[in-house]
Amino acid sequence: MKRFLAAACFTVLTVLSATICIAAPGTIKIGALFSVTGPPSFLGEPERNTAKMEVDEINAKGGINGKKIELIVYDTTGDATKAVQAANRLIKEDKVVAIIGPSTTGESMAVLPVAEKEQIPLISCAAGSKITDPVKKWVFKTAQNDGLAVAKIYEYLNKKKISKIAIITVSDGFGSSGREQLKVNAAKFGIQIVEDSTFGPKDTDMTAQLTKIRGSQAQAIICWGTNPGPAMIAKNVKQLGIKLPLFMSHGVSSKKFIELAGDAADGIILPSGRVIVSDVLPSSDKQKKSLIAFVKDYQKHYKTEGDHFGGHAWDAVMLLKNAIEKGGETPSQIRDQLEKTQNIAGIGGIFNFSPTDHAGLSKDAFVLVQIKDKDWALVK
Amino acid sequence: MRFLNSEILKFILLALFILILPHVAHEGYLLNVLVFVGIHSILALALNLLLGYAGQISLGHAGFFGLGAYISGILTATYSLNPWIAMLIAASVVTLLSFAVGFPVLKLKGHYLAMATLGLGVIIYIVFNEAVDYTGGPSGLSGIPNLSIGTFSFDTDIRNYYLIWTFALIAIALSLNLVHSRIGRALRAIHDSEVAARVMGVNARLMKVQIFALSAGLSAIAGSLYAHTMTFVSPASFGFNFSVELVTMVIIGGLASIYGSLLGAALLTVLPELLRAFQDYDIIVYGLLLIIMTMFMPGGLAKGFPQAASYLRTRFGKRSSPDA
Amino acid sequence: MELSDQIAQYLVSGLSTGAIYALIGLGFAIIYNSTEIINFAQGELVMLGGMFALFFINFLHLPLPLAVLSAVASTTAAGVLFERLTIRPLKAATPLSLIIITIGGSILIRGIAMLVWGKDTHAIPAFSGTEPILIGTATILPQHLWIFALTLLAIAMNKLFFNYTITGKAMRACAVNKRAAGLVGIDVRKMVLYSFAISASLGSLAGIIVAPLTMTSYDVGIMLGLKGFCAAIIGGLSAGAGTVLGGLLLGVLESLGAGLISSGYKDAIAFIILLLILFIRPQGLFGKAETERV
Repeated sequence: MKRFLAAACFTVLTVLSATICIAAPGTIKIGALFSVTGPPSFLGEPERNTAKMEVDEINAKGGINGKKIELIVYDTTGDATKAVQAANRLIKEDKVVAIIGPSTTGESMAVLPVAEKEQIPLISCAAGSKITDPVKKWVFKTAQNDGLAVAKIYEYLNKKKISKIAIITVSDGFGSSGREQLKVNAAKFGIQIVEDSTFGPKDTDMTAQLTKIRGSQAQAIICWGTNPGPAMIAKNVKQLGIKLPLFMSHGVSSKKFIELAGDAADGIILPSGRVIVSDVLPSSDKQKKSLIAFVKDYQKHYKTEGDHFGGHAWDAVMLLKNAIEKGGETPSQIRDQLEKTQNIAGIGGIFNFSPTDHAGLSKDAFVLVQIKDKDWALVK
Repeated sequence: MRFLNSEILKFILLALFILILPHVAHEGYLLNVLVFVGIHSILALALNLLLGYAGQISLGHAGFFGLGAYISGILTATYSLNPWIAMLIAASVVTLLSFAVGFPVLKLKGHYLAMATLGLGVIIYIVFNEAVDYTGGPSGLSGIPNLSIGTFSFDTDIRNYYLIWTFALIAIALSLNLVHSRIGRALRAIHDSEVAARVMGVNARLMKVQIFALSAGLSAIAGSLYAHTMTFVSPASFGFNFSVELVTMVIIGGLASIYGSLLGAALLTVLPELLRAFQDYDIIVYGLLLIIMTMFMPGGLAKGFPQAASYLRTRFGKRSSPDA
Repeated sequence: MELSDQIAQYLVSGLSTGAIYALIGLGFAIIYNSTEIINFAQGELVMLGGMFALFFINFLHLPLPLAVLSAVASTTAAGVLFERLTIRPLKAATPLSLIIITIGGSILIRGIAMLVWGKDTHAIPAFSGTEPILIGTATILPQHLWIFALTLLAIAMNKLFFNYTITGKAMRACAVNKRAAGLVGIDVRKMVLYSFAISASLGSLAGIIVAPLTMTSYDVGIMLGLKGFCAAIIGGLSAGAGTVLGGLLLGVLESLGAGLISSGYKDAIAFIILLLILFIRPQGLFGKAETERV
């Protein structure tokens, strides 16, 4: 019996050590943390799909400097605790040289101390400006700051001489970041927020909030959220017969929103990455080439429309590839090279990192679009 | 007396096991998981005192856990208080608060109690989300310092491991003492029949509220430890789902079993990590395992292991007996 | 806009949301009343109803009545299967382990739905248009009328079934005392199965009828289930008017809270009031006080 036990232990140990050493020496390991399931899966799923697709493509073309990339994706389900556990696993067990993600601002803030301590470059796919402000040595991000999207809407409001607005934001990370930026930037544009309301991510009826807005002085409504809430709001606005112009965030810049809101989507204006309007962009646009490549690929692989959330992961992989090609494949080489990134056109915009800027995008990353006849039209 | 000795022996064995474990499992990542197992063990233990011994369900314990984490986090990150003092304040505030709320809440029974505690948890969760000026809202609160003694800071996995398991061992020792004392017997009496316990002279109402407050306070300490280990907190970690997960840990581990709580916490913390191999199917496997384990191990792991062992022994015995 | 007009809209909105909660709450109450089980998978059955309807309408292009029938049948089959595989094999299960099993079931159903239908939210066309209907100065949608009608129908059918049919009476007997019910010749296991079938079909019907309003995705069941559970508890777990009033109350509280006090805290406000109600009436607003058996 004892001998049997000893034999069993030995077998288990050998199998374990064998699996640990299985990674071929000629690969570069990159980790990814996406909330593939859970409430923020609208971010995590396209991000995971995109990252996998792009890594496969790079490998099919021979990898980076002749080495294949191995992408290890862990699901964080939108929970900070799970994100930190997974980050530790990527760094300490899988021994990755860089990490892409996490998907949300909260998770990114949770993982960031781990990346700093273990000295592994992290390219977050979340939008919160506090991720890279103040600048942290090992942390970069690809998603556009929410403040840039807000500015785009406020500029338009100025042009239309609208100064009193009502905001209605979803009470999750995406909405609260938007709400903060809407408030912070209002004074700069001479805009007054006369009604500030929120809704839960799973709420099924927002007529109460909108009734209150209807009774206020507001000349326009700005809604900040991701599907399905904003679609519900568009429908509720129609139900209540509210005639005020309705603005949305880039959180709904996908065909899915138009499908969900139906007729109620008509006339809504929103800031968006260039992905959804890639086909109507002028050919002088620097991003056009990457955009069309991304949209085509995604359509081919996953039979649905690629959105700019997936784009965040696309950009992160591309920036990493660029850094490894030019700088080397150790974590510190990658970090140093990332910081030198200049003038690279991705999906989210044109990236220019520097020691004082790890977000790298300007407000030109957004265009303003309007929904007309169930399709997008550029607002001039 | 012999019974007491065997309890002490068990406890010492556990302490030794915990002491040695990091030297066997030196893989850095496993240590990180064990840190969380420790935190979850304290939580499961706290809930088991209430659920397993006093027989009162709570679907809002994630809220108390979160309160501990947030109070500790806000006091240290925003008001730069000493983390140890913050932990003390967090534990006292939550204990007092739950003591006050406990009187009306624990008047309720069964599903009504479940609903009321669920409501408490939801209210607390909403405050985390909405009081943006204090809590940072849904994006969370960062910049929480590690605990430290003098210049010795608990900032690595191994240090946090020993820190948290020290707390866990203290919690286990206290709980063992409690359940083997007069209070423990009174609690079990309440569990079996509250009316009968009252007749025997147990102040059932006060006893229930006290154990509720103790359980909440212990959860708050776990929350504080969590905040200082993670150095970050966000509301998503303290929602209804986590309350349910805690109840699951207790039941899977074994009701009214101190060591069962440890097993339950360990299993439910490690399981998702193991299930990563199933990728997108992990949630299905998780649900299935939950059902199967509850169906076939009704007494939880604490009783399930001995049961399974004795089952195997009889099987084994039969086979080796000559007349088989 | 006058405040009174606003309040009228809050009330109307609250009632229409509340009717959804009530309908889901009824499913909880029915299972509870014949088995004493709180079925935490009830919300997932609601979700399944919506998802199956989506599948039959959008992919198989069945006409609406046929699609609704097929969706109810499919969900009921799922509910019955769940009972046969998990609840029935247990002989002496405690209420707590039953809770964990139904929670496990809800995770499992949600997981399967996620794999089958993906994570996207889907819209279902409204049954009879989306042109708002004016009630005084307040508006509701035609779909709300469907919900009100179905809720009324469900209460009436319940009343008839549980009070006037042999099977219904037998199911009530099981709830009072399983052993005694068994002794007088009632097939207890069959009654439990029936109650799962009934609440699954009611849940799926609720899911189908609210889907055009709330839209549907694999994870809508959690929130809807939670709200339905609250409605049932406030109503004292009665399978009739109590639960419906509980649901309506919850909806109105949320809507008034959002409109008059704070939209961010609306759920908290609703819960605080519900807690106060429970403190004053520990057996639920509309439940009868029980004496504990010693």
